[in-house]
Amino acid sequence: MAKITKSPWLLHYDGSSCNGCDIEVLACLTPVYDVERFGIINTGNPKHADIFLVTGGINEKNKAVVKQLYDQMPEPKVVVAVGICACNGGVFKDAYNIIGGVDKAIPVDVYVPGCAARPEAIIDGVVKALGVLDEKQKAFKEAKKKKGAEK
Amino acid sequence: MLRVLSAVLYIVFGALIAGLLAGIDRKLSARFQGRRGPSVFQPFYDVAKLFSKETLALNHGQFVIAFSFLLLMVLTGVLFFAGVDILLVFLSLSTAAMFLVFAATSSNSAMSTMGAQREMMQMLAYEPMVLITAVGFYMSTQITNGGKGSFKVIDIAMSDVPSIVYLPGIFLGFLFILTIKFRKSPFDISTSHHAHQELVKGVTTDLSGRNLGMIEIAHWYENAFLLGVVALFFLSNDWWSIPLAVGAAIVVYFLETVIDNISARVKWELMVKLAWGVTIVCGGLNLLVLEYIF
Ligand code: SF4
Repeated sequence: MAKITKSPWLLHYDGSSCNGCDIEVLACLTPVYDVERFGIINTGNPKHADIFLVTGGINEKNKAVVKQLYDQMPEPKVVVAVGICACNGGVFKDAYNIIGGVDKAIPVDVYVPGCAARPEAIIDGVVKALGVLDEKQKAFKEAKKKKGAEK
Repeated sequence: MLRVLSAVLYIVFGALIAGLLAGIDRKLSARFQGRRGPSVFQPFYDVAKLFSKETLALNHGQFVIAFSFLLLMVLTGVLFFAGVDILLVFLSLSTAAMFLVFAATSSNSAMSTMGAQREMMQMLAYEPMVLITAVGFYMSTQITNGGKGSFKVIDIAMSDVPSIVYLPGIFLGFLFILTIKFRKSPFDISTSHHAHQELVKGVTTDLSGRNLGMIEIAHWYENAFLLGVVALFFLSNDWWSIPLAVGAAIVVYFLETVIDNISARVKWELMVKLAWGVTIVCGGLNLLVLEYIF
């Protein structure tokens, strides 16, 4: 059956990032790094996405947004937290409005450290996420089979 | 026999060839931009993945509508390659296009609804040229067959002289609307092959998993059929017209890729104006010449 890892489409969401990490994420699409060679597409649409890339920390305002985006993505899906802000709040950790990293809102599968995270690190993180995605797809298929058998 | 064979070949290979062309298109686009680009089989990986994913349907209708779109698109091509009346073929094409609009409006997402409205604007822009193309084919068979015109694809393909000889203007007009039908820049306003746009994904925003996969496959069939129409302009009852027609279809597809890469998306008003302008000038003049000179 189809290897999901051959066509990972990703959704990029900017939480409360300083935009440093976002620029690096977009740099991955440029000719220098060209992630499309792995079949990766930046979709901008949660319903088409397999990988959820979040930059920046979570605050009261965007918590619900991140949750909703996550819920709108079809299974199997993985979450990658890009940059130290997305990992645990980073330099903004003690700011009154910041709750913490992305894992305060949704389950995170891969953490990419760095401030800003370098494109190489981001690609590395995404590749790691593909491994997780593969596992999840297997589990998803088994669950589907089981459900079919029960019916 | 030949007609049945070509229809069957279309069902089997239509989507495969158009899918591969889509892959080559992506590779070429990447090379134009100085990137390596994905594998040429990427479109197949994408669709295979879509079918393996969870389908988040907002209602049960979505599956039926997406499936009808696919079915009608295949039917359009089958009718065309079986050589029946070209008016019927184009009618079936419009009906299929309507189902895509239904699929988009079946959700209440603003992006998808606006995509549907834009899709209808696109139909408004290209339909006149499609009709003129059919009439042009009729008139060219009238000239080559000595006064007896025919709308049948088989008669058009088997005429003594390729239709392009009498229909250069109509061919140009058809090429113009082909950019709209292929959803290429500058006319990819309802949905785009490229990742992002102002309407997220336009008509396909709310489709996912299997439903989106079917729409993708339907687009391949659509492209295969449209390239078939391009080829029809070059077909005659001589054997050499076949390689000529295939070559023309490939050149046209390449041209579309180039146009896609060198132009920016326009607003729908400009698209309608341009499309109708080209239709009137190229298509209309060509018809007038056929009517009064030949
Ligand atoms: S990790 Fe650094 S560059 Fe990235 S969003 Fe936080 S502060 Fe900005």
